[in-house]
Amino acid sequence: MKENNIEELERQFQEKIDNDIKIEPRDWMPDAYRDTLIRQISQHAHSEIVGMLPEGNWITRAPNLRRKAVLLAKVQDEAGHGLYLYSAAETLGADREETIDDLHSGKAKYSSIFNYPTLSWADMGAIGWLVDGAAIMNQVPLCRCSYGPYARAMVRVCKEESFHQRQGFEIMSTLANGTPEQKAMAQDALNRFWWPALMMFGPNDAESKHTEQSMRWKIKRQTNDELRQQFVDITVPQAEMIGLTVPDADLKFNTETGHYESGEINWDEFWQVVKGNGPCNKDRVDARRKAKENGMWVREAAAAHAEKRANRSKEKRA
Amino acid sequence: MNKHLFEYLLRLGDDSLIIGHRLSEWCGHGPILEEDIAMTNMALDFIGQATTILEYAAKVENAGRDADALAFLRYEREYRNVLLVEQPNEDFAVTMVRQFLFDAFRKPLYEALQNSSDEQIAAIAEKSLKETKYHLKHSSEWVIRLGDGTEESHEKAQYAIDTLWRYTDELFFENEVDAALQSENIVPSLIPIREEWQKTVTAVLAEATLTIPQNGWKQQGGRTGLHSENLGYILAELQYMQRAYPGMKW
Ligand SMILES: [Fe+2]
Ligand SMILES: [Fe+2]
Ligand SMILES: [Fe+2]
Repeated sequence: MKENNIEELERQFQEKIDNDIKIEPRDWMPDAYRDTLIRQISQHAHSEIVGMLPEGNWITRAPNLRRKAVLLAKVQDEAGHGLYLYSAAETLGADREETIDDLHSGKAKYSSIFNYPTLSWADMGAIGWLVDGAAIMNQVPLCRCSYGPYARAMVRVCKEESFHQRQGFEIMSTLANGTPEQKAMAQDALNRFWWPALMMFGPNDAESKHTEQSMRWKIKRQTNDELRQQFVDITVPQAEMIGLTVPDADLKFNTETGHYESGEINWDEFWQVVKGNGPCNKDRVDARRKAKENGMWVREAAAAHAEKRANRSKEKRA
Repeated sequence: MNKHLFEYLLRLGDDSLIIGHRLSEWCGHGPILEEDIAMTNMALDFIGQATTILEYAAKVENAGRDADALAFLRYEREYRNVLLVEQPNEDFAVTMVRQFLFDAFRKPLYEALQNSSDEQIAAIAEKSLKETKYHLKHSSEWVIRLGDGTEESHEKAQYAIDTLWRYTDELFFENEVDAALQSENIVPSLIPIREEWQKTVTAVLAEATLTIPQNGWKQQGGRTGLHSENLGYILAELQYMQRAYPGMKW
């Protein structure tokens, strides 16, 4: 293809984006756009799947039948999100098993929040409330993402995430209004998950490599810091409402701007966890790798059986 | 209170609760993502069944206990599930064969219980039958795939049958509880149910090219509260919160 031809295609592509026309799988798109989306969508898919582990950790110990069923359903939803997102990545030509292998080799990332351990039942509340809550902040703008399949996946996913967020908050408020032991459990969970939840929005805008290009492509609609601010503004009053204290001594409400001002995030911890040094990085990836390895013979059996079946029906027809 | 009815409901409820617990242990670790979802879904069905059945049991008992008290606050010897459902997951073959042997029993049982003279039981059976049919279809298909798949999967599936077969006799355990309830047409005789189970198992295992073990020694005990060592560990997890934080609302 001639160079001016590519330029023309790129011009038309950006024009579509500027006019809010969705890009569909068969449409021409720049390689960098495709690569960025594959990276982002598969990273999102991995987060859903790895995210099953910290909550899966409490299914067998859930305190009553209703909570157990709700938690099972929630974790199952996350698996469904993963499946849905892997399919969206496949529309861009990514291979599901290859992207999963990238997760296992450490090449692909997933949300760092899942590298923190779940140490009490209250963590099921904190995760639903804060982690699904932060995920919604990140994902609602993605419902308007320029890539059609991703945007549509996000519409469905966001509905379920907001359900999860409400359930999580309900667990937290039950605990916060419960016995002193329960309230302490809830406060401890908030203490441990607050900062990692703020880190879910990624580095400060000044440090964020991809933001500018992603905004131009409408893969991203708001910056990390804008989204983080929204999250703080919404979540702090919720904590106050149930009588819990946000573990940030510098937190204050600015009456002029109408926004909360937070203390400084521990970016050293952030980068350490991203690099693989969080408390559970190894456990999480090991668990996923083991699931795949232990599942190998099952996949092989299914494939072998399907082949036998196909051959038999061929023989019958012959 | 109808002591026999209460006892029978504990059998039904505990079977669902414990096999649901075992299935839920797979969550996040399934061999294929689709199968992770399917097993979690089944776990959810069984926890749902356990809830409805134990709610009714609590009502029948009428002693101020609710479904959660029955599920979480009994001692080991008070659980009435069969030994089969408390056996460890080990691998996907053992899990699916265990599931299949149990589903093949549950389906004809629920079919018969739909005609129970006890309206609540009939309603529970009717509602549970739909999902049970799906479970049986799912587990049968996997047993066939594994048995008639690769050499490795065949070996694993045969090992699973050989290991679990000794626990199948207990599915058809009957005593004075059954006799009393049968006389009121509340529950069916397990003799025709066993015949149907045998038919299903024979057909599926034949298609799976798996061999039914020679009739050896059969283990029993769960129905009378005499369990394997596995149940204690299940309960240690299941009851952890209720035991560590007694009397609290969650
Ligand atoms: Fe999700
Ligand atoms: Fe998500
Ligand atoms: Fe969620």
